Amino acid sequence: MYRSHVLVCGGTGCTSSGSPRIMEALKEELQKAGLENEVSVVQTGCHGLCALGPIMIVYPDAVFYSMVKVEDIPEIVQEHLLKGRVVTRLIYQETVAEDGVKSLADTDFYKKQHRIALRNCGVINPENIEEYIGTGGYQALGKVLTEMTPDEVIQCLMDSGLRGRGGAGFPTGLKWKFARQNDADQKYVCCNADEGDPGAFMDRSVLEGDPHAVLEAMAIAGYAIGANQGYIYVRAEYPIAVERLRIAIGQAREMELLGKDIFGTGFDFDIDLRLGAGAFVCGEETALMTSIEGNRGEPHPRPPFPAVKGLFAKPTILNNVETYANIPQIILNGPEWFASMGTEKSKGTKVFALGGKINNTGLVEIPMGTTLREIIEEIGGGIPNGKKFKAAQTGGPSGGCIPAEHFDIPIDYDNLISIGSMMGSGGLIVMDETDCMVDIAKFFLEFTVEESCGKCTPCRIGTRRMLEILTKITEGKAEMSDLDKLEELCYYVKNNSLCGLGQTAPNPILSTLRYFRSEYEAHIKEKRCPAGVCKELLTYRIDMEKCRGCTLCARNCPANAIQGTVRNPHVIDTEKCIKCGACMDKCKFGAVYKQ
Amino acid sequence: MAATNQGVAFHGTPKQEAELKQAIAELKDTKGALMPIMQKAQEIYGYLPIEVQTMISNETGIPLEKIYGVSTFYSQFALQPKRKYQISVCLGTACYVKGSAAILGKLEELLGISNGECTPDGRFSLDSCRCVGACGLAPVMMVNGEVYGRLVPDDVPAILAKYQ
Repeated sequence: MYRSHVLVCGGTGCTSSGSPRIMEALKEELQKAGLENEVSVVQTGCHGLCALGPIMIVYPDAVFYSMVKVEDIPEIVQEHLLKGRVVTRLIYQETVAEDGVKSLADTDFYKKQHRIALRNCGVINPENIEEYIGTGGYQALGKVLTEMTPDEVIQCLMDSGLRGRGGAGFPTGLKWKFARQNDADQKYVCCNADEGDPGAFMDRSVLEGDPHAVLEAMAIAGYAIGANQGYIYVRAEYPIAVERLRIAIGQAREMELLGKDIFGTGFDFDIDLRLGAGAFVCGEETALMTSIEGNRGEPHPRPPFPAVKGLFAKPTILNNVETYANIPQIILNGPEWFASMGTEKSKGTKVFALGGKINNTGLVEIPMGTTLREIIEEIGGGIPNGKKFKAAQTGGPSGGCIPAEHFDIPIDYDNLISIGSMMGSGGLIVMDETDCMVDIAKFFLEFTVEESCGKCTPCRIGTRRMLEILTKITEGKAEMSDLDKLEELCYYVKNNSLCGLGQTAPNPILSTLRYFRSEYEAHIKEKRCPAGVCKELLTYRIDMEKCRGCTLCARNCPANAIQGTVRNPHVIDTEKCIKCGACMDKCKFGAVYKQ
Repeated sequence: MAATNQGVAFHGTPKQEAELKQAIAELKDTKGALMPIMQKAQEIYGYLPIEVQTMISNETGIPLEKIYGVSTFYSQFALQPKRKYQISVCLGTACYVKGSAAILGKLEELLGISNGECTPDGRFSLDSCRCVGACGLAPVMMVNGEVYGRLVPDDVPAILAKYQ
C-alpha cells in the first residue's frame, strides 16, 4: 500500500515540455528520501491544461503542481511528500485559496467541464489494463455480450442520440444499423485515429490516456454489426499513442478480452493497428480504407457506402476515436443518461482543443450547447495581453471563422453549420485583433492545396486557383472583380469535388468573406492590411517625435534602408526596406511603427 | 518529385537486406501488407531509395510502379536520405497564429536555405510540419524529435548553436 500517489502527465504536450525528466528526477529523489515504498509515481494521460505543463498531481490531497521544473523536485519531495506541507509557490495559482488548497474541480478551467470521453485521461495509468478495469473498464463489453442482443445494442446507441465526433455528425447507431443489415461472410470495424486537423489533438489524448476505452468500444461494435476483425488507423506522427495502443492490445489479448471466445460467449474479435504515413485526405472514410488496403489513399465516390462495400469490399463501419470513447459509458449508464446532456439534436459532450490566442490552451470536454463565450472567457481564461477577440476558428481546414457577434450561440452540430462553420473534430483556435482574416483563409488554402490528393479536378485545380487569388489579394495586386471570381470558384469547388476534403475546402474563405468582407475590401481597394499582417502591404516608418537618433535600427537593418545621423531622427527608405521588422524589434523607444 | 536518390549512392548492407527480407516474409500474408512493409523498410534503411523499392517488389510480387506510387503519395516516405539534424517547424493553426512563420523565417535566414531544403554540408534539413500536438507550447519547432516551445525568433540562434 502506498500512502501517496503522484500522477505525472505523460501526454504529448507535457512530454514535450519535459515530463519524462520530471518523472526520472522524482523517482531518484524519492529513493534518496527513502520514500520509494510509500509514494508511487504514476504516468498518466493528458489532464487537459497543456499550457501549464509539465503537470503533476499529488494524491490523496489532489494538489496540482504546474509548470514543474526538475529543480523543484527536491523541494516538493522534502516539503510535501516527506513533511506534508504543500509547496504553495509551485501549485496552480487558481487552486490557491485563503484557507489552503482549492479543489481542481472548482477552478474556472474545470468547473464547467463534464468528462465522459476524457473520463480516465490523467486519472489512470494507460499502460496498465488493471487500472482501466478498476474504473469499470470492460464491464460494458461484458454486459453487451451476456445480456444484450446486437439489435438492442444498436437501439441503445440510437436512443442515446450519439453522433459521430469526427466531423460530419452522422448518427452512430444508424451507421451500425446499416452495416448490420448487410449479410456478408466478413465485416470490419475501423477506427479513424488519423487526426489530421492541425491544432486538434483530442483523439490523440484519448489514445494516450485511455486506449482501452477505444478497444472495448470497437469490440462492442464488432458484436453489434457481426464483425470479428477491427483496424485502428492511427497517425504515425503520434508515437506515444501508437506505443500505448500496442501495449493495450497486447494486454487485452493476454486477458482474453480480445481474441477468441471473449467472456466464454463464443464471440471472437481482434484488432490490428495500421499506421498512416502523413496524408490528410486519409481522414476521409473511403480514402482511409483504401490506405489500409495498401494503396495510395485516394477517396472514391459514394455510393457504395462503406456499410455496404467498405474495407476489402466488405461491409465496414468507421468511427472516430472520441465517438468510440463515449460508447462504453452509454452502455453502462443507459441512453437516457447520455441524452439528458446537450441540445435537442446534439446529445452528450464534445471535446475541444483550445489553442491560439487564449490563456488556458488545452483540452476541454463540455456539454453540447455551451456557448463560445463560456468556452473562451470562463474556461479558456480569456485572451492574453489585453487584446480584443476577433474570431474563433472551428473545424480546421474544413471549417470556418466565427465572429464575436455569435459569441452567445449554443455550440452544437447544427448551429455551427448555420453560421457557416462546422464542428469538425473539435479544434478551436482563437484569434485576436492582430490576426488578418485574409491571411488565415490563405493559410488554410495552402494546407488544402498541399493535401489535395489530386484525383478530382475541382479540388486539385480549383483550390490552387483560389489560393492564387488570395495571394494576389494579400499582395495588394487584386481588383474587386477577383473577389467575385473567388466566391464563384468557392461554390463550384464545394459542389463538384469528389470527397469531403474538396467539398469543405472553400469554407475558410466563405466564412471570412461572410463576416470579414471589409477586410478583403481594404486589401483590394485601399491596398491596406487592417491587422498589419500582410507584409507586402505594410510600410515601416519612424516616428520623428520618439526617435532619439541612437542609430541602433540603422546598424541592424540588413538592407541598409535606414538613414540618419547620431542624435537626429532617422528615416526609413521605403523603396529599400525589405519589411523584416528588425528595426521595430530593436528600437528601445517604440519609435518604429508599421501601417 | 525526384525519381531516384540522385547524387547519393545507395549503401545498403547485407545485414539490412536480410532484415528486410525477414520482415517481408513475416508480413507478406497479412491483408494490405504493402504499407507496413514499406514502413519497416524505411525504419531499416532510413529512406526508400529505388533499390529498396525494387527489393520489396521482387519479394512480394507487387509491381514496382505501384510501390513507387504509394511512396510518393505519403509525405512520410522519404526518397532521399535524411540529414543529421532534421529541423521541423510546426505550421499547424495554433502555432501559426502564435507566429511560427517568423520562427521559420529566422531559421531560413540563419541557415541560408529555404523550407524543404538541406544545408550544403548535409548537417541540417529544414521542413515545416502540421501539428505535433504540443499546441500548449505554441509556437514550437523540433530538432530530431526534441521539442522547443514558446519560441520567439530571438531564441533560434541559441538552439541552432547547440547543434553546430
